[in-house]
Amino acid sequence: MRRWLAAGFAVLAAGCASANVNVDPRDPWEGMNRGIYRFNEKLDDWIARPVATAYRDVVHAEIRLRVRNFFSNLADPFIGVNNMLQGKFEDGISDWARFAFNSTIGLLGLHDVASDMGYDKHNEDFGQTFGRWGVGFGPYLVLPALGPSSVRDGTGTAVDWVTDPLNLVDSNTVHYSLVGVRVTQQRADLLDAGRLLEEAALDRYVFLRDAYFQRRRSLIYDGRPPREEVNDSLDSTVK
Amino acid sequence: MNMKKSLAILISLLLSLPLLAQDAGAPDVLVKNVTLEVVDIIAKDKDIRAGSRQKLIQLIEEKVLPHFNFASMTALAMGQGWNKANPEQKKALIEEFKTLLVRTYASALSAYSEQKFEFRPLRAKPTDTDVTVQVRVLQPGTQPVPIDYSMEKTAAGWKVYDVMVGGVSLVVNYRTEFANSVRNAGIDGLIKELQTKNRSLDAGAAKK
Repeated sequence: MRRWLAAGFAVLAAGCASANVNVDPRDPWEGMNRGIYRFNEKLDDWIARPVATAYRDVVHAEIRLRVRNFFSNLADPFIGVNNMLQGKFEDGISDWARFAFNSTIGLLGLHDVASDMGYDKHNEDFGQTFGRWGVGFGPYLVLPALGPSSVRDGTGTAVDWVTDPLNLVDSNTVHYSLVGVRVTQQRADLLDAGRLLEEAALDRYVFLRDAYFQRRRSLIYDGRPPREEVNDSLDSTVK
Repeated sequence: MNMKKSLAILISLLLSLPLLAQDAGAPDVLVKNVTLEVVDIIAKDKDIRAGSRQKLIQLIEEKVLPHFNFASMTALAMGQGWNKANPEQKKALIEEFKTLLVRTYASALSAYSEQKFEFRPLRAKPTDTDVTVQVRVLQPGTQPVPIDYSMEKTAAGWKVYDVMVGGVSLVVNYRTEFANSVRNAGIDGLIKELQTKNRSLDAGAAKK
């Protein structure tokens, strides 16, 4: 039965491959993903980028820094949980110490005093934890509004959402306002990166997809991934 | 006794001379010097501050380009396609890829606003000919952005052959795009695509 299924998939995959010569084994759902990607670009053109640009132009840099710090602080407890789940206990303790210091001395996280005390900010989420546990990316997946992801990281994002501290806010109005400010803030931080992507890429969809895989791989290994051989196919006469 | 002492001083001086010379040519020192010099010029140059892209590109071509090995970068980005290109196509590819990277780099630099750098000490043996120089761009309120320069020792000194920003290798990131383009339209198709891209970038910059 298994073998039949595998054969069926192979035929299916071959069918897709002949339809699109550029099919990437990591991106079997490219057609659908490109559709969502185009939708996201429109959403960004019409709403997210204009709002983020206005936010950056109108709100003073100092205040934007405080807003960034505030949301960054709220994220630290679960960054700590993820470090613990990955067996990085020292990092986890450090994340919780950050939250303790920044929430109190740092005035509800507005000031990142913990970084000055030597507790470095970490970047963790449940997708990375799954990756650390050995779960592969799974097929590439462009999420509506959220952008590049994969079956594994998308699942991680769902868990991130369930554990989002902003869920503790009872009032819907306040909750969605906070989420809105956080999204705006995050998009504003990426304005320059977005422009760069536009300039650097021949095919933005492909460029972004490859950058996603590289970036996530790097994050799972905390910036020190085992080296992939870059020059495997390099003509020896060049070097 | 005195003689011995002065001899010892002389010997240690002589010994330290090649060390000093090597230091100035060390890859991490090179990255630090070039980075600080470029950033300093950007901060002081009125035209660049006013947004002169021309002047910024000129600065990059003068100060940064000599330290990159674009032949290596292009070959790495092309992967297996590189061996299929004839010498003329290779030359064109290198030229167009270089232009694209310089344009992109100019945009990255124009977004620069007084971030501080942390230059990590090089972890390499003196005999190494392939090293990674690590720089961290520090920004208040966010994680530092790591920039790793892969450098190789050549007859003309240390040259950068890849840049990794936040774990994303520039060269690797172009691989799929280049391979797709070659598969669809051949090497000449890729050259044409790069030329069109570069021209549209210049046109876009002229409009601003």
